[in-house]
Parts: sequence; structure tokens; C-alpha cells
Amino acid sequence: MHPLVMIALVAAVTLFGRALPTWTLSLATIAASNALISLGIVVLARTGNVSFGQGLFFAAGGYGVALIANAWGLTDAVAQVIVGAACGGLLGLVIGPLIARYSGIFFGMLTLALSMVFYGALVKTTALGGSDGFNVGRPSLFGMSFTDPREADFMLYAVSVIVTGFAGIAATILFRSEFGLASLAVRENNLRVEYLGLSANRIVSINFAIAAVFAGASGAFALMAQRHIDPQFAYWTTSGEFVFVAVLAGNQSVAAVFVASMALELVRSFSNLYLPNTWQLVLGIFLLGVILFLPRGIGSLWIRDRRKRRTAADVPLAAERGAAS
Amino acid sequence: MNPVLSVRGLEKRFGAVVAADALTVDIPAGRKISLIGANGAGKTTFVNMVTGYLKPDSGTILLDGTDIGRRSPRSTARLGISRSFQIPQLFVELTAAENLAVAISGTGTRMSLRAPAEAQGRRDAAVELLERFGLADQADRPISELAGGVRKLIDIAMALVRRPKLLLLDEPTSGVSAEEKFKTMDRVIHAVAPDAATIVFVDHDMEIVSRYADRVVAFYQGRILADGIPAEVLNNQEVRRYVTGGAR
Repeated sequence: MHPLVMIALVAAVTLFGRALPTWTLSLATIAASNALISLGIVVLARTGNVSFGQGLFFAAGGYGVALIANAWGLTDAVAQVIVGAACGGLLGLVIGPLIARYSGIFFGMLTLALSMVFYGALVKTTALGGSDGFNVGRPSLFGMSFTDPREADFMLYAVSVIVTGFAGIAATILFRSEFGLASLAVRENNLRVEYLGLSANRIVSINFAIAAVFAGASGAFALMAQRHIDPQFAYWTTSGEFVFVAVLAGNQSVAAVFVASMALELVRSFSNLYLPNTWQLVLGIFLLGVILFLPRGIGSLWIRDRRKRRTAADVPLAAERGAAS
Repeated sequence: MNPVLSVRGLEKRFGAVVAADALTVDIPAGRKISLIGANGAGKTTFVNMVTGYLKPDSGTILLDGTDIGRRSPRSTARLGISRSFQIPQLFVELTAAENLAVAISGTGTRMSLRAPAEAQGRRDAAVELLERFGLADQADRPISELAGGVRKLIDIAMALVRRPKLLLLDEPTSGVSAEEKFKTMDRVIHAVAPDAATIVFVDHDMEIVSRYADRVVAFYQGRILADGIPAEVLNNQEVRRYVTGGAR
């Protein structure tokens, strides 16, 4: 899809919010926020690495914004998103190069461990409210405050859809770029990438930092939606939820991340409403269904990937990496 | 003629196994040199040390006078050493042109996060390289759909992208039928000639070695058993006994 068409689509979805009922606005805001962080996981997954600890950057973004908002009265929604993205991104720039040399399960476990260390530190830090966290004020936009709840919800919906939409456009451009292709190459054979004169670690680190920026911005949205932050932002189940969305979406389509996030929120809300005691069961069955019938994710519904034609004979090739020598 | 690669006293042990025992050899520029030896003789260990995949226990490896013994594969690639692999190391989910596009990205100083991967200039360069190997019609096919022999050629094409000073080919004709091996090797030599000044190839096929090599280095148990022109080395009694088994 051409970027201009995508921009038009983002504008249309934003304006469509005017027609949506209020309860749907907050649902869509959460879905857009979750899609943003899950998009980062998909960006990183293209290098063959999955982060089970994006909650770390989600919390870093959220806490960073909350602290600055309370200390200096920064309430502007756009400024808060920028601060959140910067906090997540800076942390990602520090951590990325340190863990880029690991791969597979070690990479995933390291990210999980780091997020849990952060969670533990937050719980024990009374200055940050400990396990209870603390509250922040209602966000404004370009000097306008929104006292009407529906207008406030629409403002947040609009900002989250626009930011997430532009992140999606940026990710689409990235996926098609020279760097995006090299990222796929790292996933397939990082040793060969090195033999071609490229740094696999640098490619993973940059993707990691991009994912952290998205996670930090997403943390800012979650904070604005709840107007409260606590260590749960960094907890492993929170991170797991984002991986859940990424798995549902697959890594073939940026749009799939938004569809998966919205689908998950709808399934969760309705199953919570009609089956309050067994909603997790419904959620689990939903995920099983997607894995069973759409193993390459929701995106495979509209992306007919040439990689589907991969023959079974190629599967052992990955095991041969380096064996040539 | 000054050697492009100069190896002195190179040693490498894996526990009790001596994979390289005081190897000393000069590789002159502009030649085609074949490394021969039985399995486990130390040929691939030598290639792995020269390309930075393995660090030698001792000894020096000089590329045009620069010590590269402790450098990484990425660094040696950037200094001008490229290699292909016995089992082609390709990105099987990508097309042939995309594989070469990744290799072309490696020649730049920085990669673009915005410029399309298959920008016309990059694609043209990839197709031109495939053309040299007679594979232009395979450009848009995923590697997973290609036969082993074609993969081997693409693997070599990727190594050639950097226009290396020294190109190391690990068994370029292995897995190719007896009828096709000379045709394949002719294609490789023809395609490689404009860009790679010096070629070192590992091979077990003595017909290929005697036909294409200017010089042969025979390995046995981590040592160099013989080093010279093909006719001399392949008729050497020790080489016939330990390496070729009398085969010519």
C-alpha cells in the first residue's frame, strides 16, 4: 500500500472516531496503544528475536512521562508521547547493544529478566509509590483541556490512532528498505551476514531501539488512558500480552498488528462481559484457533507470501549454519 | 610477485587434535591455488582462520602486510577477503536478487532505513552479477525453489560482490554431477575473473584441481605436505599415499 493511501486511511479512521460510541473509543485507544508496542515486537521479530520483556520499555515510557508530568506540569498529549518514546528509546539504546549478541531463547529470557528486575525495583521504590504506583492529571492537547469525558476520550483516540498509524507507515517503509531486507537476512543466517561485511549485532540493536521507542510511546498512551501508573506496567504478564498480539498478527503485515490488537480487545471485552468467570478460557481458545488455522498470523489472510512455497527440503539448512566449515 | 596473503607459523588445536601445525604459506596475487587433503586434514580450518571465523592459537596471517589473525569475519570481509561455503549459506526465504541485494548492502558504509531494498541501481547490479553466472532468469525465484548447483553459484556470486582481493571457494563443485563439474567450474572461473584477483579453492576432485589450479597446496594432519605446481604435487609420493590415494 502506498504511504499516501496509508495517510488517508489514518485520517479516515481518526474521523470515524466521531461516529463511534464512547465505550468503543477507549477500547480502540487501548487497542491502538497495544498495537504500537506489538508493532515494535514484530519489527524486532524480523531479526529472529522475540522480546518477552517489552514491559520494561512500556513502564520506562509510562514512568518517565508520569514523573515529568507531575514535576513540571507537562500535560500535553503529544509532548507526553514524545517523552515516553524518548525514555523507551534511550533505554533501548543502552540495552540493545548489550543483548544483541544473544539470540533465540537466551535473548527472550534476557529481556524478560531485565523487565522483572525493573519491576522489582519499582515495587521497592517508595518514592515512586511502590506497588501502588501513583496518579497523574488529565492530558491536554495544544493548550486545550477537555472536561467533557467524550471529548477527552476522542482526543486520546485521535492522538493514539494518528501516532500508531504513522508508526505503522514508518514500519512499512522500514520493512521494504535496504535495512529491512538485511534484518530478514539476520534472522535467516547471521553468520553469513557477517561474512558479507555487515554487523548483525548492529542490525539487531537498531531494531531493538525502534521497538523500545514504540514501547515507550505506548506506555505514555496507557498512562494517559488510565491516568495512573504502577509496577504492573513492567510485569511479565503485561509483556506477554503484547507478544500475544504479535503472534496473532504474524510478521507479514503491519496492518495485521492493528487488526490483531483490536480483535484481542474485542474478544477480551465481550468475553469478560458475557463470561466474567471464564474469559481467559475464551481468550485461550481464540489464540488456539488462530494458531491452528492461521499459523502465519492474521496477516496471512490477505498476504500471499512467496515464502509459503518454501520446500520442506530447506528446513534442515538452518542447522547447517557454520557447519560448512 | 608480492604475496596477497602471507601465513607464518599458524597453529590451531581442538583439544588433542592438531588442526593446524605451524602452517607457513604465501599466496601470490593473481593466481588460482587449490587446497587439497583428506577430510580432517586442516583445509577448512585454514580457510576459517584466514576469514576470521576461528582465531589461531599462534602465528600470523598477513593480508597485503596487515595482520588479520585476530579480526572478525566482518572485518576480514571489509579488508578484502570473501568466501563461499561447502554448503551454500544463503537466505533461503529471500529471492536470488534479494540475497545479492543484501550482499551489496554490505559494501556500503551505512544502510538506509528508507531507501527501498530493491532500488533500481541495486537490482541492476544484482541481476548483472547473476547474468555473469547465467542465472539472470532466476533473479526473482526464492532460494528455496532453486537446485543445489544453482545455490552454489549464487553463494559464490554473493562472495564476489565486494570485488575481493582474495576469494576463498570451499568445494565449488561438490554436489555437482560428473558431467556438469567442468561446465560449472568454467562458469565460476569466467564469472570470477573480472573481480577476484586471487582465488583459493578447496577441492577433492583431482581432475578439477589439475585443470584449474596454477598451484596446489596439499594438507595432511594439519601440516602442509607439499606445495607447488599441480603436476609436481599430484605426483608426489606422500601426496599420492595420504591425499589422493593414487588418483589422478
